[in-house]
Amino acid sequence: MKTFSIGGVHPSENKLTAGSPIVVLPRPDEVVLPLNQHIGAPARPVVKVGDHVVRGQMIAEPDGFVSVPVHTPVSGKVVKIDKCKTPQGVPADAVYIKSDDEDRRRDEETVATLSPVRDEATVEALDSKEIVEIIRDAGIVGMGGAAFPTHVKLSPPEGMAPELVIVNGAECEPYLTCDDAVMRACPAEIVRGTRLLMRAAGVSRGVIAVENNKPEAIAALSAAAASVPGVEVMTLKVKYPQGGEKQLIEAVTGREVPSGALPVSTGVIVQNVATALAVERAVVYGEPLMERVMTLVSPGKAGNYQVSVGMSMRDMVGEFSSEVGKIIVGGPMMGRSASNLDTPVVKSTSGLLLFPASESRRPEIEPCIRCGACVDACPMGLEPYLLSTLSRLHRFDEAKEQKIANCIMCGSCSYACPSSRPVLDFIRIGRATVMETLHK
Amino acid sequence: MSVILTSVLILGGIGVAGAAVLYVVANRFNVEEDPRIDEIEALLPGANCGGCGRSGCRDFAVACVKAASLDSLACPASGNGVMKRIAEITGLAAVAGKPRVAVLKCNGTCSMRTRVAAYDGPPSCAIESFLGSGEGACPVGCLGCGDCVKACPYEALHLDSDTGLPVVDDEKCTGCGVCVKSCPRRLMELRMKGPRGMRVWVACSNHEKGAVARKDCKAACIGCGKCVRTCSHDAITLTGNLAYIDCEKCRLCGKCVAVCPTGAIHSSFKVPTPTTEN
Repeated sequence: MKTFSIGGVHPSENKLTAGSPIVVLPRPDEVVLPLNQHIGAPARPVVKVGDHVVRGQMIAEPDGFVSVPVHTPVSGKVVKIDKCKTPQGVPADAVYIKSDDEDRRRDEETVATLSPVRDEATVEALDSKEIVEIIRDAGIVGMGGAAFPTHVKLSPPEGMAPELVIVNGAECEPYLTCDDAVMRACPAEIVRGTRLLMRAAGVSRGVIAVENNKPEAIAALSAAAASVPGVEVMTLKVKYPQGGEKQLIEAVTGREVPSGALPVSTGVIVQNVATALAVERAVVYGEPLMERVMTLVSPGKAGNYQVSVGMSMRDMVGEFSSEVGKIIVGGPMMGRSASNLDTPVVKSTSGLLLFPASESRRPEIEPCIRCGACVDACPMGLEPYLLSTLSRLHRFDEAKEQKIANCIMCGSCSYACPSSRPVLDFIRIGRATVMETLHK
Repeated sequence: MSVILTSVLILGGIGVAGAAVLYVVANRFNVEEDPRIDEIEALLPGANCGGCGRSGCRDFAVACVKAASLDSLACPASGNGVMKRIAEITGLAAVAGKPRVAVLKCNGTCSMRTRVAAYDGPPSCAIESFLGSGEGACPVGCLGCGDCVKACPYEALHLDSDTGLPVVDDEKCTGCGVCVKSCPRRLMELRMKGPRGMRVWVACSNHEKGAVARKDCKAACIGCGKCVRTCSHDAITLTGNLAYIDCEKCRLCGKCVAVCPTGAIHSSFKVPTPTTEN
C-alpha cells in the first residue's frame, strides 16, 4: 500500500461519525452569502436590495480570472448587502436573502422535480473548454478546505501538460467524515465527476485515492469505477497529511513537486471528491454549487449533514451546553478556531467541531529539548524548530533561506512536539512575512 | 636556560615580524574615513531603531555627511538639539522637525470591550491576529499581548495591568515609529507632541457603523459627528464612521473631548467638563 515518504504523523482518528448517513437539513429561511468564499478576488454582487431571486440564480459575478460566482440556494428577497462576520470575527461583504412561504413551496417543488438538463449524449459531446466553462459558471471551488477556484486548476499555464487527475478522498483530518459519507452515498456520481474532470483537463487517466480506513467507500467506488475506462481507485496507507496536494501526488505517482513550483508541473491535477461530485451536479443537472456535505461533532449532535451554503452555523448546531470550550471550523489539525457562530456555512466548510473545555486547552509550553521530533514529522522535509525560532526572532531572511515558504502549515510539527511548543504558530507569521516579500 | 631563551627569541621575533606586517598593511590599505562620521555617530542614541529610515545610527551618520542638505534627514529619536549639532558639524542648515510621540488608537479596555473568546496561544499580537479577531468582539482593537512593548527600543511602553492596553511614556518616547510597524493592527500613530505635551486624538480605529461598533466596544467611535460639529477650527473629519483629528489644525480647545458620547476622544491634558447648562 502506498503513502508519502517523508515525515507525517498519526493523530488519533476519532472518526466518530464514520458510519452516519448524510442527513439533509431543511433549507433555511434566511441565507447570508459571503462574496469571498474562494481564494482570489471577491465576487461582485449583481443583485440589488429588494430584488427577488430564485434558487440557483447567480447573485454575484466573478471579478477576474481567479474568482468564481456565488449562487443562492434559496428563492427569496435580497434584504441587504452588508458586512457579515466570519467565524474568526473578521468582517466580510455578504448578500442577505430572506425567503417567504411561497418561495419555500416553490423551492421544494424545484428540488423534487430536479432532472438532468443534459442527456448522456450531450454530456459526452462536450469538449474540455465547455466543461471548464460550466465548472466556472457553477461557482465550483476546491471543497477540501482551501476553496481554490476549480476552473483555474483545470487551466494550467502554458507549457504544462497534465497527464493525470487525482481525486482526493484521503480525508486524513481526524474527526471529519464528510468525504467518506459522500463517497459511500454517491460513488457512481463521483466516478462520473472524475471522468468529467479528466476530460476537462484533457487527460486519459484518473485515480481516486482513498485511505485504507474507509473500506466501505473503497468498495463502493471500486464497484462504480470497474466499468469506466481510465478511472482507478487507489488505496493509501493512513498517514497525516496525506490529503495535502503535494503529499498525495507523491503517494500516488512517486513524483515530488519541486520547491516553489505549481503541483501541475508534475503533470498531476488534484481535486477533492466533493468537488468531483459538484462538477457532476453542475454538468448533468445544471446545479451550481450551493449545497455541501459537512461533518458536525458537538456534545449533543453529531453526523454528516447536507446544508445550504449561507446557512447560519448557530442554526445548524442548535443549543449546545456551556461545557463547550473550543469551536473549530474545519478539521482539528488545519481548521481554525472560531469566536463567532453567527456566521454562514461557506463552500469550503468541511466540518464544525465543538470540543468540551477540558479537551481544548493548550498544554503548558516547555523548553525545546532539541529532540528533532518536529523534523521527523515534517512532511516537507523542513526543520520546524529552526523556522519557528527564526520567525520568533524576526530573522526572516534566514527563514527564507531555510525554505519557510515550502511549509504547508499542516501542523504535524506542533502535534509531534513533546514540549507542546507552538511551533507552527510562529512559522505561520514568518511564512506570511516571507511570502509577502516574495510576491513583491 | 637556553630553551627559554630560544623560545623568547622565536616568539619575540614572530611578534615583531607580525607587527611589521600589520603596520605595512594598515598604512597601505588604510581607508580614509571622514572623521565627522564618528563625531556624528557619537551624538546619536545608538539604539539602531530605524526611525530615520536608515538601517542604523552609523548609516544615518554616513548619510548626513554625504548629503547636500539635511532636508530629508532627521533623527526623530534625538530631537532638534542633536540635529542642530549635526548641522554645525556638516556645515549644512538644520531643519527643525516637530517632535512626535506615539499614541494608541484604541480605548478597548477590559471593562469597555465585549469579550467573545479566550486566547490561550503564545503571547504575541501577531499570532493572535493571524488566528482570528482576538478576545474582543472588535475586529480592529488592541490585542493586548504587547508586541509594541517588546519592540520599543527605548522602553517607553508598558502594558497597564488594569486596562490591558499599552501606555506610552511621553518622556521616553522618541517618536521613532518602531511600535507603529510592530502592531499587526496598525493601532499606533505618531502624532505631534504638541505644545507642553498637549495633544488630542481619537482613540479608536473601528470603521463599523455606530450600532455595530458600540456592540463591539462601549468606548468605540460611533461616527455620530458631534465632534465635527463642535470643532470650530475645522480640524476633525469623519471618514467611514470614524473621526480623525488633524493635529496641524487642532487648537487644543478640548471641546470635542467633552462632547464625545463614548469617550473615544482622548487628550493628554485635563479638559474642563462642561457644566450641565451647556
